[in-house]
Amino acid sequence: MSSSLVALSIISFIVAAGSLAGFFARFRHKMDLEQWTVAGRGFGMVLVWLLMAGEIYTTFTFLGASGWAYSRGGPVLYILGYQPLMYIVSFFILPLVWEAGQKRKLQTQADFFQARYQNTYLSALVASVGVISMLPYVQLQLTGLGIIVEVASYGAIHRTPAMIIAFAIVAGFVFVSGVRGVAWASVMKDLLLLFAALFIGIAIPYIYFGGIGRMFAAVVQAKPQHLLMPGATKNLGHGWYVTSVLLTSLGFFMWPQNFAAAYTARSGNILRRNAVLMPLYSITMPLMIFVGLTALLVVPGLSNGDLSLLTLVRKTFPAWFLGIIGGAGALTAMVPAAIQILTGATLFAKNLWRPLVAPGMSDRQVATLAKIMVLVLTIGALCLAIGSTISLVNLLLLGYAGVAQLFPGVVLGLFSKRVTAAGVFSGIACGFTIAAVLTFKHLDPWRGMNAGFIGLCINFAVTGLVSLVTVSRAAGFDEDLSAPAEGPKCAANLTCTAVHF
Amino acid sequence: MKRPHIGSILLGVIPFVAICFTVSLWDRIYPIVFGLPFNFFWLIAWLLLTPLCMLGAYRLEECVSNPHREEGGER
Repeated sequence: MSSSLVALSIISFIVAAGSLAGFFARFRHKMDLEQWTVAGRGFGMVLVWLLMAGEIYTTFTFLGASGWAYSRGGPVLYILGYQPLMYIVSFFILPLVWEAGQKRKLQTQADFFQARYQNTYLSALVASVGVISMLPYVQLQLTGLGIIVEVASYGAIHRTPAMIIAFAIVAGFVFVSGVRGVAWASVMKDLLLLFAALFIGIAIPYIYFGGIGRMFAAVVQAKPQHLLMPGATKNLGHGWYVTSVLLTSLGFFMWPQNFAAAYTARSGNILRRNAVLMPLYSITMPLMIFVGLTALLVVPGLSNGDLSLLTLVRKTFPAWFLGIIGGAGALTAMVPAAIQILTGATLFAKNLWRPLVAPGMSDRQVATLAKIMVLVLTIGALCLAIGSTISLVNLLLLGYAGVAQLFPGVVLGLFSKRVTAAGVFSGIACGFTIAAVLTFKHLDPWRGMNAGFIGLCINFAVTGLVSLVTVSRAAGFDEDLSAPAEGPKCAANLTCTAVHF
Repeated sequence: MKRPHIGSILLGVIPFVAICFTVSLWDRIYPIVFGLPFNFFWLIAWLLLTPLCMLGAYRLEECVSNPHREEGGER
């Protein structure tokens, strides 16, 4: 059996197993919009942990981190920097988001803004930011998947057909089972990825250098500046590091799906406990970086750093092992992409389309539109992936520049009564525009600072200033909750009508 | 909404200072610790130290909220 056939068969098997886990989850629970999005709020600690941990381990962890270690060097450390810090942010914010979600039956991130600020245009803007920022993120997963199949097939299958097949599967299982299905597929993915990371991260430096310490000694000798910042780049220095770490640690839980995952917990306390423990899960990240550094010396000269881990694995191990690693990588791309698409589609249907275009839509129609949007968004991201060649990390940073703009609205909304809908709206609009302009004019980093972070700072300033001069209609979350929350103002909140499909 | 205790916030700030703001102090190769260049060692160590800080914050928050039994949550 040829090597590529072996590798690809194993990958296909793993992908099929993961997908079936997703399909079968559907049959245990009657599906309604509430079930589909937040799985009835019943997830205990283990499942919430898996859902959240599952999502952060993406193609970015697998290929992007090693890719940047290979091509950029020291700047890759921003990844190790933001991982623990983002959980600190979640410790303080998510339990309060959960509480609001419980009391007001919230399902999406935009629902939160609607409940707090009582302004349909603001929640529609928030939903738009979420959906737009999702595109580079899904594009990243698709690109990664294309790389995996291309390397595993020893060049026989090209990226484009690979991406198309995998995303057909993803769209399929999102369609059918929603959050619960994805959580189970996520379990498989995490186990595989953990195994893959531990094994490769330790074995590869050992095989080529006799250990991690010796690998580093070799790198320091061959390329002494590579391991510091700015490493192999000219402009990713300390200023970039600080601003990027801040951007990503504040922005991580602003991704709509990470934000909304808070609603699925059984209590706010579980979220705090997860926040304490989760940095320990990031221990696999350094291993991926070690592999990228080993690759720097063993397979130099690759034009695309993101290929480095797989190329090195292919060179070192037999085809069946490449298949397992490739399978882990494939699930690692599909599962988070599925979650993203699910979130984006629901946001679009419920918080953009219904409130702005068709307020009379029933929950059933919203759910149907969400399903259609799953296809639309997947195809959109697929087209972007096929059409462009940005590195995986840069795609991710682009997405962050967008979603991080939601941070001021969330944190000020939770802790201040003075902040107003007009303030938050202006802040988001300004921050997002500035970040987008700087990025697309190739001015990132600007004066050494991350463009998204600059946008975020301006966002805070504008939000504060505009809030001071405008009047707020809503008195924060402490207003009397004995009055029914589903008043005529709250068009985007769901009442408890169950919709079956 | 209930504000977190000032102690928890301080404990939460410590990792930010160590990991983010002081980068110029620790972004160096020497001394090499456990075979790792110092910057790598430092950040990996903080993957383990951050949970310790946050455990402290967790205990503090629990102490503060227990007398009121607000959370109704589970132990």
